[in-house]
Amino acid sequence: MARMSADLTEDDIPVSQLEASSRRMNMIEAINDALDIMLSHDPSVIVMGEDVGYFGGVFRATAGLQAKYGKTRVFDTPISECGIIGAAVGMGAYGLRPVPEIQFADYIYPGIDQLISEAARLRYRSAGEFIAPLTVRSPFGGGIFGGQTHSQSPEAIFTHVAGLKTVIPATPRDAKGLLIAAIEDNDPVIFFEPKRIYNGPFSGYYDKPVEPWKNHPDSEVPEGYYRIPLGKARVARSGDAMTILTYGTMVHVAQAVCQAKGVDAEILDLRTLVPLDVEAVENSVQKTGKCLVVHEATRTSGFGAELAALVQERCFYHLEAPVERVTGFDTPYPHSLEWAYFPGPVRIGDAIDKLLEA
Amino acid sequence: MARAAKSTKKPAPSRAAQDSNAQDLDFVLHSLQEEHEKTGRYGASVEEMLHFYEQMLLIRRFEEKAGQLYGLGLIGGFCHLYIGQEAVAVGLQSALTDGLDSVITGYRDHGHMLAYGIDPKAIMAELTGRQAGISHGKGGSMHMFSSEHKFYGGHGIVGAQVSLGGGLAMAHKYREDGGFCLAYFGDGAANQGQVYETFNMASLWNLPIVFVIENNGYAMGTAVKRGSAETEFHRRGTAFRIPGMDVNGMDVLEVRGAAEIAFKHVRDGKGPVLMELNTYRYRGHSMSDPAKYRTREEVQDVREHKDPIEGLKKLLLEQGQTEEDLKAIDKRIRAVVTEAADFSESSPEPAPAELYTDVLVGEY
Ligand SMILES: Cc1ncc(C[n+]2csc(CCOP(=O)(O)OP(=O)(O)O)c2C)c(N)n1
Repeated sequence: MARMSADLTEDDIPVSQLEASSRRMNMIEAINDALDIMLSHDPSVIVMGEDVGYFGGVFRATAGLQAKYGKTRVFDTPISECGIIGAAVGMGAYGLRPVPEIQFADYIYPGIDQLISEAARLRYRSAGEFIAPLTVRSPFGGGIFGGQTHSQSPEAIFTHVAGLKTVIPATPRDAKGLLIAAIEDNDPVIFFEPKRIYNGPFSGYYDKPVEPWKNHPDSEVPEGYYRIPLGKARVARSGDAMTILTYGTMVHVAQAVCQAKGVDAEILDLRTLVPLDVEAVENSVQKTGKCLVVHEATRTSGFGAELAALVQERCFYHLEAPVERVTGFDTPYPHSLEWAYFPGPVRIGDAIDKLLEA
Repeated sequence: MARAAKSTKKPAPSRAAQDSNAQDLDFVLHSLQEEHEKTGRYGASVEEMLHFYEQMLLIRRFEEKAGQLYGLGLIGGFCHLYIGQEAVAVGLQSALTDGLDSVITGYRDHGHMLAYGIDPKAIMAELTGRQAGISHGKGGSMHMFSSEHKFYGGHGIVGAQVSLGGGLAMAHKYREDGGFCLAYFGDGAANQGQVYETFNMASLWNLPIVFVIENNGYAMGTAVKRGSAETEFHRRGTAFRIPGMDVNGMDVLEVRGAAEIAFKHVRDGKGPVLMELNTYRYRGHSMSDPAKYRTREEVQDVREHKDPIEGLKKLLLEQGQTEEDLKAIDKRIRAVVTEAADFSESSPEPAPAELYTDVLVGEY
């Protein structure tokens, strides 16, 4: 057991935990650990979803939890996303803290009415009398040959809705701390888990062997309870040549590209899109003078558009070049040609070159 | 009788309203099932039986090959095999009018396509993601279509195809083409809310649609009893006055017999029917599912005692066919499947420009 490395600030973790020991975990184990801790800490926490109980989840994120906490607290639901999310809103209004799993982000759409019309609005329309403190966990993103119904990145649909928070971890350590914070949060949180990096930090070089998490420093996950606050970005790599704003799987792809090209970019892992760490974005872009936004989601009206607008509003006079975006193409996710579609190292590299030359 | 007493108080329904089950107070929900139990198996000729045998075998061998190609990495992503369920698609679709009736299903769609006579090469090449695939490699295993055969897909979102099926039926009715829609879905899909929205509309508007629940016992890792309050799925239309049928989906002749009754009901303009086809999938939910939620013995028992292909084989032997005759069929089928596999491996991937075609009509 190693000591946890020190780049979590005192803000992030209760001081009492800073001396805690840590353990190597992949992202699935970290999520499982967060759920385990919250189930044991708070009797109002409930885990529910398709195949999450008996089977332990298709990605094993809830493995062992039903055996440990019983069927009243960790249970299987029918395939009824609208009903699952609607029920979670009602449970939340009555004081529970449901953590429903939507098996893939691509299946969240049947429940979207409940998220937008009910979960996101309950606090506002009851003037704060009722809240919907649910955390919808859902694996998202591509790179797994999932085709159009197992690969989408629909985060911008949710960031567009006032009243929802959207969280996307990029490391096991963050996944655990952010999930605990999300569950404790009194607002509805969409917690998208980049499934391509469940088992290892994918570099985007798809023809190279997959690295397991255990070789990555951020797989060192503190034992026990800790939280990483929503709305605080993480500097995944500090540098001066440009700022790369990204999240999820693409944090690792961007890192790999910078390393391969020897580019001294600053990579900001946003961690939460709403609330967004505007200050961190502003500080970094003002320092570097250049900005590249990278996400897997389709381009038009993607979260990158919001970031680009913010950067020009706040950093216009520091910018030495137009903000660049590398994103998914504006098409459905294809079954074939995945690596032509995926915004991988080649496209990121080209955008970096363009900014360096600017 | 409460219902009769109540009915005397109701005003006479209007003409238009009489079209709908909802107004038919003498409606007997279980009449189709009674008829099915009376007539039982379809009286097939030996020729027809040989045809069913060949089609079921084609599906099985095709799926076995798809499993192998998946194992070799030639097929990626999500791939759901139909092995064990062959009698359902073959028995039902053999009673359709090709080119008139429409079919729609979920992602476990290879069998339904093969039963419709769609070219195995175009299906296998779709699985391997090639340009010659039926969706040019962009749809994959779960998303395949054929306008020629009125096959409206392969749909990856559980339950969504049921509503689309309601729309297909609406269009059949509007066009007065005499056709109907056969809409397949699983026991798990039967718990999606939109299924019941569609049941209501189909009954209210007297739509020509046969809903088929393929009850294979599991929705992924969730056994039927853990996900469903009413596990007798044929009863689930009762609240909407849709007659139900409970059918042994492991016996192609029984399936065909039930199809005759259900399809006649719909073709006669009497509105929707809900069929529950009791069946079993031998493989995991998809290629990535080791199926640890059930015992080996359970699977073995079905294979040994209920297998639809073995069952028909026995009948055929009783009818005077020889082992050699049936082996010759198998040989022929294996050649067809091998050809499909070779084709799917050797044909080229789509060009990257194909990514941007068919997103919207015309230039994009
Ligand atoms: C809306 C939606 N939710 C969840 C899924 C994931 N999923 C795919 S298949 C499946 C099980 C469906 O079982 P069933 O309807 O019984 O059909 P079977 O696979 O047994 O043929 C699930 C949960 C999905 N594809 N779409």
